[in-house]
Amino acid sequence: MHLRHLVPVLLAPWLLSAALANPYETTLANGLRVIVKEDHRAPTAVHMVWYRIGSMDEVDGASGVAHVLEHMMFKGTPNVGPGEFNKRVAAAGGRDNAFTSRDYTAYFQQVPKEKLDDMMALEADRMRHLNVDAKEFAQEIKVVMEERRMRTDDNPQSKLFEQMNAAAFQSHPYRRPIIGWMNDLETMTAADAKAWYDTWYVPNNAYVVISGDVDHQQVFAMAEKHYGALDGRPLPQRKPQIEPRQEGPRRISVKAPAELPVLIMGYKAPILRDIDRDSEPYALEMLAAILDGHDAARFNKKLVREDKVALSVGIDYDNTARGPGMLYLHGTPSEGRTVAELEAALRAEIARIQQDGVSPAELKRAKAQLLASQVYKLDSMFGQAMEIGQIEASGLSYKKLDRMLEKLQKVTAAEVQAVARKYFNDDALTVGVLDPQPLDGKARRPAAAVRH
Amino acid sequence: MTMNKLLTAVIALLATQVALAGVKIEHWTSSAGARVYFVESRGLPILDVQVDFAAGSMFDPAGKSGLAALTRATLDLGAGKLDETAIAEQMADIGANLGGSADTDRASVALRTLSAKDKREPALAILRSVLHHPVFDAAIFDREKARTIAALKEAMTRPDSIAGKAFWAAMYPDHPYGRQATPESVATLTRDDLAAFHARYYTAANASITLVGDISRRDAEQIANAIAAGLPKGETISLPAAPRAPKGQLTALAHPASQAHIYIGLPAIERGNPDFFPLLVGNYTLGGGGFVSRLMKEVRDQRGYAYSVYSHFAPLRQTGPFQIGLQTKRSQAKDAIKVARDVLDAFLKGGPSDEELAAAKANLTGSFPLRLDSNKKILDNVAVIGFFGLPLDYLDQYQARVQAVTADDIKAAFARRVRPADLVTVTVAAD
Repeated sequence: MHLRHLVPVLLAPWLLSAALANPYETTLANGLRVIVKEDHRAPTAVHMVWYRIGSMDEVDGASGVAHVLEHMMFKGTPNVGPGEFNKRVAAAGGRDNAFTSRDYTAYFQQVPKEKLDDMMALEADRMRHLNVDAKEFAQEIKVVMEERRMRTDDNPQSKLFEQMNAAAFQSHPYRRPIIGWMNDLETMTAADAKAWYDTWYVPNNAYVVISGDVDHQQVFAMAEKHYGALDGRPLPQRKPQIEPRQEGPRRISVKAPAELPVLIMGYKAPILRDIDRDSEPYALEMLAAILDGHDAARFNKKLVREDKVALSVGIDYDNTARGPGMLYLHGTPSEGRTVAELEAALRAEIARIQQDGVSPAELKRAKAQLLASQVYKLDSMFGQAMEIGQIEASGLSYKKLDRMLEKLQKVTAAEVQAVARKYFNDDALTVGVLDPQPLDGKARRPAAAVRH
Repeated sequence: MTMNKLLTAVIALLATQVALAGVKIEHWTSSAGARVYFVESRGLPILDVQVDFAAGSMFDPAGKSGLAALTRATLDLGAGKLDETAIAEQMADIGANLGGSADTDRASVALRTLSAKDKREPALAILRSVLHHPVFDAAIFDREKARTIAALKEAMTRPDSIAGKAFWAAMYPDHPYGRQATPESVATLTRDDLAAFHARYYTAANASITLVGDISRRDAEQIANAIAAGLPKGETISLPAAPRAPKGQLTALAHPASQAHIYIGLPAIERGNPDFFPLLVGNYTLGGGGFVSRLMKEVRDQRGYAYSVYSHFAPLRQTGPFQIGLQTKRSQAKDAIKVARDVLDAFLKGGPSDEELAAAKANLTGSFPLRLDSNKKILDNVAVIGFFGLPLDYLDQYQARVQAVTADDIKAAFARRVRPADLVTVTVAAD
């Protein structure tokens, strides 16, 4: 079938209503939600289990336990021995892994579609029956410490980012790194991991997302068979831990072996809480696209290409999350230019939008890119399941993804200018600088990078 | 039609598509002499076009390492009448993405666009301009050169980059695969070097064009012909002398990092060699099978030495490497290397058990559909088949070739390709 036949397809009402129902959803008696996105292009399926539990739910002294438990989830149950989980997924021709974020912990398998049933059996088993064996824990905690060394301790940019967040957030748990502080890992016990599992790994704190060449009715029946017998349990109350208002700029620097300095400017920014009523998070997303959405967007064009003050520059803003939002500007100055010059140049670009706004052509371009990216996204089974899982994890509904797109398409130039004026506010700013150090400990050149 | 309606319609189409197994590759040679590979895929209104040239870093002249990479990096920064800003803005206006990169063998230019005619035609016009008439503007060249040099200096402070560069240099002492771009080598490059490299290597005879997506064979022929016709005809490029086996050796480099980075390996196999399947199946058990491999079990699960440990074969145009990689706390580097070497030695001696061989085959054949379940994955696979001249039925035969491998095949192929005395080991930050 081809897009030329689009209009007849749209006129076929039975087909259209079927299509609009996709994704499909049901909720089991124990509170577990099951969301199915059918995509029949290839005979594969993605199975994901998302737990509404992440590093933001940890307490001081136990940072990293959400992620450590994720590792322990592969260490066996009474029915499935240590290492056996991976073995069975591999035997099914599958690939599997898991990821922990601030907001959630998720597990996935990509398999030939006939193997979905086996994957559900495995995930259901470890949802309530995990062994947290002390001997396995003792080995695995070392693996996690190696992971921390690799990802953070020996990676100057990650270290800077970790320190930035520890400074930007004082009360909210986003101040702690997902991987955990090294000392917390050193003192963590199997009992800590077990307590975490017992508290949070229940069907009513989870949802299952499946995408691929499957029939949703069959998947619902399969889910009932495997997950239906698991008991739900009331969850402890979670405290909001709202971050107090920041009332003045903060600056930190990190010294680490490197050649090039790095500058990050993080501004507190709003998060999407009500898809229909909110407007500012959409305007900020369009602002980010106008500044950094393509190679000739404002930042790269002006700072890297024309003025050559930066080797690279960018903006990161994610408007969905359980916790508070941040908008990050980041970059590396060109050789012979300082971090202070780069900061001034970034501020000048922001000021330009605050004063003069953005052009209709820029806004139209950002919207065109956004729409095309929606079509490209459909090329990935995994990506489609991820999109549903992530939006749900932030407390919003996948049913409103289309509405979010509509709202983005309606953002006006005036709204973009208004959020630029409101949120690039020094009182809500945290600046982090990587101060590069020579590898041999001897001074290599004057540390012109840091100006406090 | 608005884009939102289009999206709804696309989703409606997906609901009616029937899953297809296998990939039908159509192949022909364009009138100008470029090899063309086409897979029609109507499920989504997307077209992918990738043009690959044998123009990777293996063709960098001695002393000018970095030329291939910089040529590719500046190719789309001004072409014909379009300056770099116009190229980026016009692509963004129609939601198209222009990408690609250069590795040791290949320089790639890749376009993803919506397949509707009013989108794909302007996108393809820009793609042709970039391939046929890159400007290599002097000021832009100077800027990109400075950025490249800065990035190389930064990489020289990273333990993993330092280890990777030293590893390739040790494996390929007499071959271009072992020569690395340095700040000094890039500093010698001129704008004219780039133009000359482009003229010599970005030719029809040296190109393979892969198209995947929502177009007809006739459209694919026209698109490929127009791309190839604007390229210089060129000639088939001769390859450097094949790499020779290195002398087994240990290179230990100092670094203040908390973790040691370790690579062990040697040049092992080129693309298209029949030993590939026994090596692929055998390596699944050794260190390719992720969480179920022997290296993972011994180094990570049993001892907690590393987060990541693996082995793989990376066949290239000429003899590509076998490599084992891991990172571990610097004080236990020697112990971790010993464990990895013991695992390798035991595997070379005994090969996989019957159970391991069956598990490897089950995964490699069973996971085959996952290799092809998106246009992007089909594009990647078909581009490799086209560029390296693998048989057109490579994907159709893949599962049978895996099934046919015996334990003896694996032991024999490993004995030929992974000779312990020739292994080079590189460590950075090991105590």
